[in-house]
Amino acid sequence: MIRIANGQGFWGDWLEAPVRLVEQGPIDYLILDYLAEVTMSILQKQRKADPSLGYARDFPPLMARMARMLRDRNVKVLANAGGINPIACAREVRRLAPNLKIAIVLGDDVLDRIDEFLAQGQEMLNIDTGEPLSKIRDKITSANAYIGAFPLAQALATGADVVITGRCADAALALAPMIHRFDWKADDWNRLSAGIIAGHIVECGAQCTGGNCIADWQNIPDFANIGYPIVEAEHDGTFSITEHPGTGGRVNLETVKEQLLYEIGDPRQYITPDVIADFTSIRLAQAGPDRVRATGIAGAPRTDMLKVSISYAWGWKAAGTLIYSAPQALEKARVADRIVRERLEQLGLEFDAVYTEFFGVNALHGATAEPCPEPPEVQLRMGARGYDRKAVDRFTREMIPLVLTGPPTGTGYGEGRPSVREVIAYWPALVAREMIQTRVEVIE
Amino acid sequence: MKIPLARIAHARSGDKGDVSNIGVIAYKEQDYTILVREVTAERVKAHFNEFVKGKVERFELPNLWALNFVMHEALDGGGTISLRADAQGKTLGAALLRMEIEVPDTDALR
Repeated sequence: MIRIANGQGFWGDWLEAPVRLVEQGPIDYLILDYLAEVTMSILQKQRKADPSLGYARDFPPLMARMARMLRDRNVKVLANAGGINPIACAREVRRLAPNLKIAIVLGDDVLDRIDEFLAQGQEMLNIDTGEPLSKIRDKITSANAYIGAFPLAQALATGADVVITGRCADAALALAPMIHRFDWKADDWNRLSAGIIAGHIVECGAQCTGGNCIADWQNIPDFANIGYPIVEAEHDGTFSITEHPGTGGRVNLETVKEQLLYEIGDPRQYITPDVIADFTSIRLAQAGPDRVRATGIAGAPRTDMLKVSISYAWGWKAAGTLIYSAPQALEKARVADRIVRERLEQLGLEFDAVYTEFFGVNALHGATAEPCPEPPEVQLRMGARGYDRKAVDRFTREMIPLVLTGPPTGTGYGEGRPSVREVIAYWPALVAREMIQTRVEVIE
Repeated sequence: MKIPLARIAHARSGDKGDVSNIGVIAYKEQDYTILVREVTAERVKAHFNEFVKGKVERFELPNLWALNFVMHEALDGGGTISLRADAQGKTLGAALLRMEIEVPDTDALR
């Protein structure tokens, strides 16, 4: 049995979690999942501003903080902290934690190969819309293939203390140690599927141990000291999900099921680089306090394609808020919205969209929210997006003037006018598997 | 009689681009059949008429007493493009649990 713990569900997750996972009980592997699609766009902007950036900057100082305990407790780290610049990330870890042996997995970055792929008949149509890549070809800012767990397992086999990857399938971080330690083969479909499903359960950190859980959330024992998830994986592809004893989360059928269903499509065909996992095959059982056991998992052969996530410069957006108090709080906010729209129209500015929400009334749940005829206060939130930065910039100047030129009781503008942000959008596509070659580099 | 879906099920929602999915899970195994009967793709589409511009697909996971709803064009463009505060659809699961479902009177009383 090996213990694989996930200490980070996204870049910005709780900084103490990885340290506590190593300090508070036995684990063999610490995985850290930093990359969401939104994160890739942030990293892209950072690399554009400074070519030595483009990775999860929290990671090198974390490794410096943990270097000694990782060595003392023989815990290996796998992290997709490399983002779109894994070499720079490894250099910084090397500088801050010189005693750790680092392996890097390379080959996911295909930005320089787009034209080569197109020339070889890889169309890279948008998976969601079917549009041709030519629509955005000159606006592409990054392109990364989702690589699977086998190159990561190869990196672990070098004996590295820390394995740094760029864009890999999130769940591959958990599967890789199983492949490495149990010597699973590339056509072990059922066991690979089990490893991916274990990875899917833990990839969002505490979201499977009671965090963001709707079921009986008031009775999660201690959110402030929530335990992050640990997979206890067996050679035969069965596993348990648990947290360290004495931590404050909850692991039961409800918390695990909610996470199993998080961000999936067809549950019979959860497509990953290594296997197609079948979520309808999972058998779950409560196997002790804060311990859920999974058995029976089946999988099907992997596809011939790999997903490529392409980012491109879409345009600009901004959003701002103002708050109105009772009486007639909602009516005031509605009038304010109409004033801004009329002024923008008078300026003749073009936007792709102007979007208005009324917080305290129906912003999150829309018409499904129960009517609230006289809310004590309403927050007006207006957003605008478009291809012309100047238009979006002008929009940001139209909110605060409402305080003196619109309905009474407008307040809450202390943050100043909203800032204009560049929108880096995503273009999911597929390429033939054989186009992607990965390699492992070791930094002693 | 009618009860809110939240009485018999919990849920979680999230995003993939402009697609939002909601997993709806019965608290008790015997209530899974009520989910299958009452919470159809058509009803979910109507429930979210204001937000969901595309189709709604439903998948069954009897092993987890759960349904998965995949809602297309649900997040004003999704990801970084969306202007919605909840651009990732994190609160849509809770919104779905507001749906009124029809259950036999005997079930509703337990």
